[in-house]
Amino acid sequence: MSQVLEQGRDRFLALAARVPGGGALDALRAEGVAAFTAQGLPGTRLEEWRYTNVAPLAAIEWSDAAEHLSVARSALEAVASPVFACGLEVFVDGVHHAELDGTQRADQVQELADAATAPAALATLADAKRHPFVALNGALTRDGAAVSLDGDDQRAVHLVFAEASADVASHPRVVIETAPGARGTVIVDHVSLGLARHYSNAVIEVRVAENASLDVVVLQRTNDASFHTGHLAARVERNGRLRTHTLSLGGCFVRNDLEVTLAGEGAECVMNGLYLGTGDQLIDNHTWVDHAVPHGRSEELYKGVLGGRSKGVFRGRVMVRPDAQKTDARQSNPNLLLADGAEIDTKPQLEIYADDVKCSHGSTIGRLDPESLFYLRSRGIGVEAARLLLTRGFAAEVLNALPEPALAETLGAVFADRLERSGGVA
Amino acid sequence: MLEIKNLHATAGDAEILKGIDLSIGAGEVHAIMGPNGSGKSTLAGVLAGRPAFAVTEGSIRYKGEDLLELEPEKRALAGIFLAFQYPVEIPGVTNNYFLKASLNAIRTARGEEEVDAMDFLTLVKEKMKIVEMPQDLMGRSINEGFSGGEKKRNEILQMLLLEPSFMVLDETDSGLDIDALRVVANGVNHLRGPERSMLVITHYQRLLDYIVPDVVHVLSEGRIVRSGGKELAHELEEKGYGWIEGASAP
Repeated sequence: MSQVLEQGRDRFLALAARVPGGGALDALRAEGVAAFTAQGLPGTRLEEWRYTNVAPLAAIEWSDAAEHLSVARSALEAVASPVFACGLEVFVDGVHHAELDGTQRADQVQELADAATAPAALATLADAKRHPFVALNGALTRDGAAVSLDGDDQRAVHLVFAEASADVASHPRVVIETAPGARGTVIVDHVSLGLARHYSNAVIEVRVAENASLDVVVLQRTNDASFHTGHLAARVERNGRLRTHTLSLGGCFVRNDLEVTLAGEGAECVMNGLYLGTGDQLIDNHTWVDHAVPHGRSEELYKGVLGGRSKGVFRGRVMVRPDAQKTDARQSNPNLLLADGAEIDTKPQLEIYADDVKCSHGSTIGRLDPESLFYLRSRGIGVEAARLLLTRGFAAEVLNALPEPALAETLGAVFADRLERSGGVA
Repeated sequence: MLEIKNLHATAGDAEILKGIDLSIGAGEVHAIMGPNGSGKSTLAGVLAGRPAFAVTEGSIRYKGEDLLELEPEKRALAGIFLAFQYPVEIPGVTNNYFLKASLNAIRTARGEEEVDAMDFLTLVKEKMKIVEMPQDLMGRSINEGFSGGEKKRNEILQMLLLEPSFMVLDETDSGLDIDALRVVANGVNHLRGPERSMLVITHYQRLLDYIVPDVVHVLSEGRIVRSGGKELAHELEEKGYGWIEGASAP
């Protein structure tokens, strides 16, 4: 391990020693400290981290939340719009701010720090021994939310993780459990209050029970100086359906890991992703679908737009185990490069051990189509507006698949605004 | 309205237009006919500012202005409209959004107020009736999954909305059956007037039965080799392009 990674590890471990103990998270923390001590921060010699150097993250001296900040509701609504007031839970610098919460639905959302006992699914899906940042999250988490969905409530649960203080690292943990047949939407929203540099390292564990149907939206729209690592691990039981939407629309260093196990026959997952790279940003998406049993279906669409000198990484693994006959797995990763300095490393990876399956994958890297650009311009639309329109059109497929139409509209605007501000279409 | 003088244009290394002279007055409809590869679509592209073509010699003046100095979008704002031979499919951008953005860009350039969503809807419904276009095409992505006929109707719909003063129709008849041809021609004829001019490019005489031209030009190997009245189109249809090419050979 390089010196900077070692130093980073030691600093994180020193922070872990200061996390106040007691409560339902103690076992998680102890396990996290052990696993993180063993692994440290990952170097680029590891296959999973080949294209993403965490040294810039390791070089910064992060601290934990210093005080309970006073945050105005209007400031929050400005960055976390649209706010889904029912089931809104707000965390600032990793700590719950009850005064900002919406009208909670009883028993549906519970803060982990206050829980008498840990939720059953906690630390059962995200593996701290295999993933250094999952271990780090376990070691340093102070709070998070347990969401249990047992009915057919179509209203979204909106978890906002806002970071405000300079050089604070927060490690929120989210556990989502569904009862058989339940339906719902959970939005995990990473935002910045202000322009200070910060780091969020989130772990989300999701259990989709038999016949349940769940949408999980992971939004990352933090400021240009921020760092983010996120890990979502999910298990889908028989005839369950999970749709994930992973949108990376901010930050300077972003790494998302997504692991889905289709554990019951007829289970289905749809994984949508959209990432927009600007400036010197790095955005890395690693996804893994494990088809463990027959008749599973997975459909993955990750779209990337990279401008400036930004760099994108996509690695999509699909595993079809010997028993998983009649699997239907599709994966697609189209990328749009807006500038000569932008870059994408894309690697689809299918590992198929069953013979009666339908699997497809494809990655494309392209530029804006000159004929489309000319078409729009020939109708009086200026070249910059035309480029913006085409780029937004490229992203529309992912945005339109979001479970709440209001989200698609707001995030479409966030996408266009970030693109325009960065000069990415000029 | 439009004055083309000694126009030479290239695509890559190849010279396609080799000295075109053409003058089109206000209210006039001119047709350009010619065999494949004669330079018809290049002429259309050069007029609209298609980046793939380079003008190496000559000039185009439009309403007294140097057209070649203008970017494609400025030409559109100045009233030039090209109906594409192959309208482009643009996923993720709705026809509705596109047409409204385009109309408002052009209205702003004309010093008119932008239309709001309600007024736009009323206007577009009225124009869609003229080209017999189903309403649901407005909510779909631009030309995506449209049939050949629907794409061409969409071109004419745009023309009806934008009300340009100089229109270039690049083989608008290609791929249309006789009913669609009639509808499209009807849309075009709606715009005929003393202040509007058109250049209708076609391979076949058929379209000119519906959009009757004042002047017909025959293009061959990058030059206009013959000009005449509408009867020239019929003569060509009877005798074939070999007649012209034979006649123009040295």
